[in-house]
Amino acid sequence: MRFVLDTEQRLLGDTLHGLLTKAGTPALIRRWAAGDHDRTLWSALGETGVFALAVPERHGGAGPLPVELVVAAHELGRHAAPGPIVETLAAAALLDGSAAAGPAAEWLPRIAAGQAVVSLGSPGRIRRALDADAADLILLADGEHLFSAVPEGPAVRALDPARRLFPVRQVERLATGPAVPRAAATAYDLAALACAAQLLGLGRALLDVTVKYARTRRQFGRPIGEFQAVKHHLANALTGLEFARPLAYGAALSFGSPDFPRDVSAAKAAASDAAYATARTALQVHGAIGYTDEYDPSLWIRKVRALRSAWGTPADHRARVLAAVPEVRGESPR
Amino acid sequence: MDLDLSPVEPFRAEVRDWLRRNVPATPLPSLETEAGFAAHRAWERTLAAARLSVVSWPEEYGGRGASPLEWLVFEEEYYAAGAPGRVSQNGINLLALTLFAHGTPGQLGRVLPPMAAGEVIWAQAWSEPGAGSDLAALRATATRADGGWRLNGQKTWSSRAAFADRAFGLFRSGPAAERHRGLTYLMFPLDADGVTVRPVGRLDGRPAFAELFLDDVFVPDRDVIGEPGQGWTVAMSTAGNERGLTLRSPGRFLAAADRLVALWRAHGADPLLRDRVADAWIKARAYRLKGFETISRADDAGAEASVNKVFWSELDVELHETALDILGADAELDGDWLEGYVFSLAGPIYAGTNEIQRNLIAERVLGLPREARR
Repeated sequence: MRFVLDTEQRLLGDTLHGLLTKAGTPALIRRWAAGDHDRTLWSALGETGVFALAVPERHGGAGPLPVELVVAAHELGRHAAPGPIVETLAAAALLDGSAAAGPAAEWLPRIAAGQAVVSLGSPGRIRRALDADAADLILLADGEHLFSAVPEGPAVRALDPARRLFPVRQVERLATGPAVPRAAATAYDLAALACAAQLLGLGRALLDVTVKYARTRRQFGRPIGEFQAVKHHLANALTGLEFARPLAYGAALSFGSPDFPRDVSAAKAAASDAAYATARTALQVHGAIGYTDEYDPSLWIRKVRALRSAWGTPADHRARVLAAVPEVRGESPR
Repeated sequence: MDLDLSPVEPFRAEVRDWLRRNVPATPLPSLETEAGFAAHRAWERTLAAARLSVVSWPEEYGGRGASPLEWLVFEEEYYAAGAPGRVSQNGINLLALTLFAHGTPGQLGRVLPPMAAGEVIWAQAWSEPGAGSDLAALRATATRADGGWRLNGQKTWSSRAAFADRAFGLFRSGPAAERHRGLTYLMFPLDADGVTVRPVGRLDGRPAFAELFLDDVFVPDRDVIGEPGQGWTVAMSTAGNERGLTLRSPGRFLAAADRLVALWRAHGADPLLRDRVADAWIKARAYRLKGFETISRADDAGAEASVNKVFWSELDVELHETALDILGADAELDGDWLEGYVFSLAGPIYAGTNEIQRNLIAERVLGLPREARR
């Protein structure tokens, strides 16, 4: 048992952190929000192997590698990278598992290489497709059917300007059968896990920037980070994030076991709460500047609020956890 | 990265089997009562006879040299089996670890085997009426005497001291102005001449701790741990243990969370309480995994331990509060959940209040500036 990242896994995280730092995501996020879907970053992520993590080897990928997926999603969250990244990763699992040989052979190698942007929807679960206008392919999983789809009308205005959400309608059936809902379930769990990891990365970045601000911002003749009220908010934020992280990696390690959906839900609920509490603290400690559109961390704060409810609300995931807890003998706490 | 526990499964199976055959069928009386204390002491002897009282210690002192992972597994099985609370915990989880780090071979050989066997139960003697969160303000003194030291002063909130045999704590052996310097770490018998023990009822009235009045109590040199005057440094190594994994292992929260889910289901699975029940279960799992992370990194001390302490102590309160809310109007009746609740309420206070821990996290982990002190 060695429950820490190995050297290669850490290197993947460091590489992505370097790449995304250099890319300068705040400007990219604002451009993406304005409808500029430049794919330079997407291609670079593809070259680093991010999308290959969800694509099996027979289709040109390296996956599924859930631990590495969590590492990558954490860094993508830390930099609030825009675009349907989680959706594309989930689409890979959906195409691979749906017994849709033709579409899988056509799209999976392109996804793995970072040459395809894919979005998806599913009635009831994923009601609007993220960045559908930027996607080369939109999937719609509905019961035993897998369809391709197209946007139906303009994006719905949302809190995070970089999350452009579209209603979609089906156009062509790609596969039918019991494999589709099974693949959709796996894709959903992988997406929820990646979303949890993104939230942890978003939370980490918000904690770091807020600590930095508290050390330099002066009021009453001293850095505000000297005040216990501020310290305790930040200590709570760290504590929440520190204990949500092992749940995400634990879930990644249970991929393929019957515990995977339960463990994903535990991770998603905890990461949502931890990241959201951190975002609230970031806003409060920054004061009015954090409440402005022009201050970059506000992009992170808005994304946290959005992802908290994306891929299942905390309440959905808590219910799923409890439904999966086995019976024990007694009900006394001895 | 992996979570492969298969190498420790044989050990888990052995522990589980022994516990199934030996855990008392009916719960022991509360260990914070005279009869309960005696029953728990007898249970420690039973554990020791099976070499299960201190599994992580070296064999020569009564343990079996278990790895940190085996210890975590032992704890999981221990609490899952509903085994009695550990009346020896102050000794085996705090003093013993201090002795392993700072004790002489003579002290280890003299103190540890009777501790492992449940023959000597230890109480802690840190706080004083004027030194709680600000422990370095303590005033009880150790004065040089022929062949040892004379202790004078008052200690308070001394857990288990109402019925325990010996105690360990810090005493001022230099000028008061030195705060962290000039302190000495000593062990002393609670039945020695000059020691008066006044049991103090905790929130539910049970004498879970005591005040100690020390009037020229003689302690021989051999019962000083570490160098005289270096007591603060010695004690802080224990503080890291107390706040971290060792005092409150994940196993106890995993077992309590499973039982909370069972309690919730047995009482109609009220959807209004569902999120809180799920949260307790999720947090217990998080603490388990964090424990695996900690032992994989092999450092369970310092400011990181403060993060642990805040987490488990608040989880414990939340978990028991939820249980009482499930019990509804019966929550106020004496019972295991109520006793667990009362016990949990002390967690955010002892071993350094959670406010002190948050200061440590902010300053030592996050690097925020220390508050300007008057």
